Amino acid sequence: MIADDQNRGASDPVDGEVLAVDGVSVALGGRQILDGVTFTVAAGEFTGLIGSNGAGKTTLLRVILGLQAPGAGQVRLGGRARGWRNRSIGYVPQKVLLDPDMPMRARDLVGLGLDGHRFGMPVPSAKRKALVDEMLSAVDAQRFADARVGALSGGEQQRVLIAHALICRPRLLLLDEPLANLDLRSGQEIIALLHRIAVAHRIAVLLSAHEMNTLLPVMDRVVYLADGRAAAGTTAQVIRTDVLSDLYGHPVEVLHVNGRILVVAGDADPGATHHDHSASGPGVHIG
Amino acid sequence: MFSSFMTNTWIVATIVAVIAGVVGFFVVLRGSAFPAHALPNSAFAGAAAANLLGISALIGLGAFAAVAAIAIATLGRRGRHDVATALTLVLGLALGALFLSRSVQYEAQLFSLLFGEVLGVSTTELLPVALLALASIAVIGVLYRPLLYSSVIPDIAEAKGVASHRMELAFLLVLAAATALTVPVVGALLIFSLMIGPPAAARALTSRPAAAIILSVIIALITVWTAIAISYQTNWPIGFFVGTLSAVAYALGRAWAAWRTTRTADQPTRPDITLATT
Amino acid sequence: MHWLFEPGFFSSQPVRTAFVIGGVVAVVSAVVGVFTVLRGQSFAGHALTDVSTAGGSAAFLLGISPLLGFVGFGLLGAGTIDAIGTQRVKGRDLATGIVLGAATGLAALLLYYDTTNSATTGATQTILFGSIFTIDPSTIPIVIAFSVIAIGIIAVLYRPLLLASTSAELAAARGVPVRLVGLGFMAALAVAVGLSALAIGAILSTALLIGPAATALRLTNRTGVALIIAAVIGVAATWVGVLLAYDSYYWGSSRNGYPVSFFIVALAFVAYLASGLPVVRIVTNRRAEGRRVL
Repeated sequence: MIADDQNRGASDPVDGEVLAVDGVSVALGGRQILDGVTFTVAAGEFTGLIGSNGAGKTTLLRVILGLQAPGAGQVRLGGRARGWRNRSIGYVPQKVLLDPDMPMRARDLVGLGLDGHRFGMPVPSAKRKALVDEMLSAVDAQRFADARVGALSGGEQQRVLIAHALICRPRLLLLDEPLANLDLRSGQEIIALLHRIAVAHRIAVLLSAHEMNTLLPVMDRVVYLADGRAAAGTTAQVIRTDVLSDLYGHPVEVLHVNGRILVVAGDADPGATHHDHSASGPGVHIG
Repeated sequence: MFSSFMTNTWIVATIVAVIAGVVGFFVVLRGSAFPAHALPNSAFAGAAAANLLGISALIGLGAFAAVAAIAIATLGRRGRHDVATALTLVLGLALGALFLSRSVQYEAQLFSLLFGEVLGVSTTELLPVALLALASIAVIGVLYRPLLYSSVIPDIAEAKGVASHRMELAFLLVLAAATALTVPVVGALLIFSLMIGPPAAARALTSRPAAAIILSVIIALITVWTAIAISYQTNWPIGFFVGTLSAVAYALGRAWAAWRTTRTADQPTRPDITLATT
Repeated sequence: MHWLFEPGFFSSQPVRTAFVIGGVVAVVSAVVGVFTVLRGQSFAGHALTDVSTAGGSAAFLLGISPLLGFVGFGLLGAGTIDAIGTQRVKGRDLATGIVLGAATGLAALLLYYDTTNSATTGATQTILFGSIFTIDPSTIPIVIAFSVIAIGIIAVLYRPLLLASTSAELAAARGVPVRLVGLGFMAALAVAVGLSALAIGAILSTALLIGPAATALRLTNRTGVALIIAAVIGVAATWVGVLLAYDSYYWGSSRNGYPVSFFIVALAFVAYLASGLPVVRIVTNRRAEGRRVL
């Protein structure tokens, strides 16, 4: 039903730029939520959108999805300016409340991703079922395909939502804090799954999180958001003391401990370096 | 009970059950129990107004229910949804009281409007009721996919171009139409329980949306037919049986769902964890 | 000034009773109503009105005190709704709807017996719509007593109730027995609603519970201030409504006044709409975005 190439225009080469955010600023309720955010995402790239709660991650994702108009700046998808209701993005929102009593199976939810936005009733066909099954197996969800989607665990629901987002063969997969309500093991499984999909199908993944260590093994690039301003690049380029201090507008320190990265509040007085970071009280622990 | 003058009643009862079952599926899915209660109450004012003006009650019911639907959708967008529903409801009732005070209302008339009447629909009204029912079902058919999408995962549906507020308004208007044609038989105060009990029971029995709608209609049919049959024999108001049987259906549905979850919880899916706890 | 107050207004006993009882009920409804709206339990508040009314019909049939019927059924209904309701709002509303449906069905049966057995005309109309002008003045002390009970419960539970109503998780983390507090609130709600349904009728009961409270919460972020504003709006709407209803008997040639419930509801509705106007938002310095209390 949905052709593979439907979302690819002539000016949109497979290895090109999938998403370009250019100088996006958003002000809401008197507060500057986003300020001149600029970055690009290429096909098949795994990008982490890192920032603490309230940093503006959800707002940025809403701008990319076309649900929030930016006060300034532009969003380009596949080289073209963001059009009305562009459906080439697969979206997994932060909080999806699924009633455990709801009469909807996992496969029904995935099917909605295909044609839920069209009028009329779904016409069951072998082709449709095959497509849904293909998506469910891509995310390892066949064993609970016929279970009530509201009765599944957090990790299982997440898989179903990813399958739902993938069924339209998007160029870009957008996930808002997918790890927030998952335990560590489920979170790692989801990250590994997303990485597999990104590599196998050359789908770009943009995923927001407030903790970046789980993503370090798979992240190609990072967009670090602080107080509405963003720094974009590879982990080595962005997660540095000087870059982040500049971003925050006050001193922060980036520490590498046992292969993990910690961002803590630095000292106002650069002379006092004898700080036992493990014993000191909670700093601005972000990452 | 099955004499010719009751034929109308059985036909209308069937129409009422089908509409209540179909629309009720979405009422329960969206948790719209309060609007489902508010619209008939406002529609009641329309019936009182129609009585004053000497026009068909169906027109009065439909017009006031539609206005109430628009009011709830509009006010609910800017303020709290449940507050909008409550205020629309009381305004509708107050207007009803106003219109009643302007005319001589007979107790029996008022009672049947509120609690249902076996012979509620006359032969002349049968055709408009049937047409309205057909139109409502057609609209639900057209809206099926986006309404389902918007009811289940509104955030994603919104991103795909299905505007929540438009779906809400469309749904409430269909609910208004369903209200108008079902109130004369089941009563303004009880129709909403027909839209809650049977669908709630149906969703406990199946996990497929299409099957849930069909089951919802079947359970609604059983409820309405039983209510009419017993009401005819005992002379007790239909509304009493509809309210009670809907509650029974709901209770059975909850019981079945609870039994279902305990049954699946008994089966260990992680043998290594069971070992660890012994 | 006599164009505003028609003859006999100040000397009329029913009017004085209406003012006192209406005023008291308006204050109780406003106080309980603010928490009802905060907790998103407007449907439960309305459902209990109809449940209480079923109780009133039962009391009428059994020949017992109407107050017992109204408040008793209200408490029973509140307990049932709390017991069978689920945690999520959707499930709670459905359970409320079922209880309301069952109670209304019962009311239908009881009213049917009332009218067929005791040959009273207009029982349906009276019980459902009530009339503030036909209240027995001797009920004033009881109304005040039950009002004190309802407000007392709220006063005792104030801090934990406020915390539990705005953020249940935070309250639980601080050791507040959220479930118990919720049950206590439902009891206060049942008493308040039973009282107002008896005194001023089912329509006004819900209107005075939700309307002034919702309006007040749109005007301010502070709960204490909202309680005062809601009470003021509720009493004002009631008293002006009573006045207009009394005056309406003298309008036109036919001595057939307009129902008081219509005036009070209309005033409450207009107040709510007015609180949403842009000019009001500027005056009260409430931002359109920002923390949503309402």
